Amino acid sequence: MNPAETTTQLGQPNATAILFFLLFVGVTLAITYWAARKTKTTSEFFAAGGGVSAAQNGFALAGDYMSAASFLGIAGLVATSGFDGLIYSVGWLVGWPVVTFLIAEPLRNLGKYTFADVVAYRLKQTPVRLSAAVGTLTVVSFYLIAQMVGAGNLIHLLFGLSYEAAVVIVGAVMILYVLFGGMIATTWVQIVKAVLLLAGATGLAGMVLSRFGFSPLRLFNEAATQYGAEVLAPGKLVNNPLEAISLGVALMFGTAGLPHILMRFYTVPDAKAARSSVFYATGLIGYFYLVTFILGFGASVLVGRQAITGVDKGGNMAAPMLAEVVGGTGFLGFISAVAFATILAVVAGLTLSGAAALSHDLWSSVVRKGQAPEAEQLKVARLASLFLGVLAIILGVVFKGQNVAFMVGLAFAIAASANFPALLLSMAWKKFTTNGAVASMLTGAISSVLFIFLSPTVQVDLLGNTSALFPLRNPGVITIPLAFIVGAAVSLLFPEHESAARFAEVKHRMHVGVPQPVPAVAAVAPKPAEGPPRPAATGSEAKA
Amino acid sequence: MSMNPNEEALEALAAARWRVAGVLTVTTLVAYLGFILLVAFDKPLMGQQLVPGLSIGILLGALVIIAAWALTGIYMLWANGKYDRALHQLRGGK
Repeated sequence: MNPAETTTQLGQPNATAILFFLLFVGVTLAITYWAARKTKTTSEFFAAGGGVSAAQNGFALAGDYMSAASFLGIAGLVATSGFDGLIYSVGWLVGWPVVTFLIAEPLRNLGKYTFADVVAYRLKQTPVRLSAAVGTLTVVSFYLIAQMVGAGNLIHLLFGLSYEAAVVIVGAVMILYVLFGGMIATTWVQIVKAVLLLAGATGLAGMVLSRFGFSPLRLFNEAATQYGAEVLAPGKLVNNPLEAISLGVALMFGTAGLPHILMRFYTVPDAKAARSSVFYATGLIGYFYLVTFILGFGASVLVGRQAITGVDKGGNMAAPMLAEVVGGTGFLGFISAVAFATILAVVAGLTLSGAAALSHDLWSSVVRKGQAPEAEQLKVARLASLFLGVLAIILGVVFKGQNVAFMVGLAFAIAASANFPALLLSMAWKKFTTNGAVASMLTGAISSVLFIFLSPTVQVDLLGNTSALFPLRNPGVITIPLAFIVGAAVSLLFPEHESAARFAEVKHRMHVGVPQPVPAVAAVAPKPAEGPPRPAATGSEAKA
Repeated sequence: MSMNPNEEALEALAAARWRVAGVLTVTTLVAYLGFILLVAFDKPLMGQQLVPGLSIGILLGALVIIAAWALTGIYMLWANGKYDRALHQLRGGK
């Protein structure tokens, strides 16, 4: 095995890549056309009419979560530094059990389209929805910037397209999905993408392992022989234990506060499907991370670290380069197209959740006080999607050349600190109040942004200062408890009788679900008969 | 203000669900933080190879991923079985 002489077709316009990509876009746009004809209400636009099965939602959740950052980024991190990539994989996965145990079912039973539905259930609508929208939109914006800039760079590297062209293509196709197909199209785009990504990664890992007698251990051992035994041990990523815990809790509780993930629980028919779908998703994502680990080691052995960092310093091209080495230009094209599709699907999910915050939380609930007619809600939802899609393109172009990798970490920190504490307290604590919720969400959002601005990530790495006021790169270990404490303290200081009095109702609905269609909800919730027949769902309902 | 038996049963069921969810969350947290703390404090141990190619760190990392999935599976089995049956009974009793 001599990795030194690798030449790569990467960055050349690659016929297979373009063909596969056009095929993906063609199929997903056909799905969008089909979905657009079924999207006539806001319930269909934001929640696919509640007609997604648990297995479908499992794949869609996995599709939403397995971003290009985790596919290319973790494979690259493992390729260039070995074991350390696994620390991220583990951190990103352990958020899912938390979502299953604490969030999925209550969310499904209490809300309609956004997590603010749950927090605002027994509190005063306007202040809660305003602060929740702040949390949602900051998370979505930072996540979108990171994805769009990543998209521009990656596609430039993979296809040789200009950065701006890549950003505009991603933005335009994503707008078509969301604007016309809403959640139905977005869900199917996620499913197609998840299947492609899992199949691509599995095929690639299989081809790598076939050279090592299908034994990952022989592969790891070969890497240790080439680069020293330290590739199998923790390296420089985690030095400071407090830093490690802080990153850990942000990853763990951040998942439970990501608006585009939470929104997916409204697409399934009931709480049972919600919990089952997270089980599928966790399995798929866990499997994907284990495979990615193998791909990283495969790249370091078969492609070589020098060749990888020669193309991209961050190592992001490790997986595509590996595909070329083991499968030739055709396979490189396939993997490149999968990476492109991955970005496209993730930004679609993000945009839709941002549009829900803008139209459902801000317009329908705050501005129109729940009086907006159905047709108007749908129109505003579509306008909001268009607005966010265009904004994503603009942000992608504005942030060209900036180091935005920290923004994903920032999005997780805000999600964990601004969204998760208020969500959990609103479901589990009787004495939680409007003021407490607002204080908790704003404290979480502002303190996360402030501490990351003062952290070495921004002060030293970005601004070139010699020291930073705040020592930790991830503020989670401070900001998450802070948001809980502020939320609890404010609630105790200013009790809200009405909110406590309605807790019994929350508790009942959280566990039993909607007892009978509440008139306001019935107006928009379509009966299953409208969609394709769903034997599983209707069967369990009949038994109930 | 006396609660009717149905509400009392629901109360108990809700408490049981939070208890199970809490225990499983703490288990996940302990497994994960244990892994991270070992990474931070005992790098030589994590780098020790059990068989050529398999370090303790890689084994534990993979185990935490598998355990996280298994824990969601345990919750799903409990909730889809015992919990849902009790819930259906409560609904039927109305």
